[in-house]
Amino acid sequence: MKQLINQMTLRFDSRSVNEGFARVSAAAFIAPLDPTIDELNDLKTAVSEAVTNCIVHAYPDRVGTIVMTARIYEQGIVEFTIRDRGKGIEDIDRARQPLFTTGGRERSGMGFTIMESFMDSLTVRSSPGKGVTVRMRKRLSPRAGGSQT
Amino acid sequence: MKIEQREQGMAAILEGELGHREALEAMRSLEDAIDSYAPSSLELDFSGVSFMDSSGIAVVVQAARQMQAAGGSLAVSGASRQAMRVFSAAGVPRLVRFIGWEEKK
Repeated sequence: MKQLINQMTLRFDSRSVNEGFARVSAAAFIAPLDPTIDELNDLKTAVSEAVTNCIVHAYPDRVGTIVMTARIYEQGIVEFTIRDRGKGIEDIDRARQPLFTTGGRERSGMGFTIMESFMDSLTVRSSPGKGVTVRMRKRLSPRAGGSQT
Repeated sequence: MKIEQREQGMAAILEGELGHREALEAMRSLEDAIDSYAPSSLELDFSGVSFMDSSGIAVVVQAARQMQAAGGSLAVSGASRQAMRVFSAAGVPRLVRFIGWEEKK
């Protein structure tokens, strides 16, 4: 693993209004890497999916806590970890299948698919009743002017 | 969300960031509007949507299903590049017409 350059952790309520807060914070944190607009949007979308999952699925009937950690490693590698202490996922492989959802017709079942397509890697860990940890990583394209040390 | 009656059917204009909560509201308004007006065609205007995640997919797919069941047609217009990347990753352009993105199918 590359050397860690910078990191931050946010802890916030599982309220829908915080989806926007989380993705904007994630974008602001990685701004010094000078990502392309597409890279920035992909990261924001992936973070949004992970946080929405916590709000909709981890804590369906209550407001719980979501912890998001963002890390920047050398060579432009960014990593987001989004963790909840909600009800957890019984069958992770099934949950990651496109179109699978326990959220009814109000959810598309494409959240994990979007995270997978927009990031280089995605790992999901969960124990029922103990919450979910989603870790995703992406290497940004090298750009002139970016401080990707 | 605003609903407009146009010569060629109905248009729904979505605005702002489309997350889970906003998508739920849009889905409910659209369902009511389609039920009430039974339009032969519906255009979902995404030009005012500044950001969306997969919540937006459910809005489009749900409206498409409802329009199909009623024998009508549905198209999405004005989708940003960001929204289009989300729709494309989910394969939605195979099911729904995206005005202005036909060449990207």
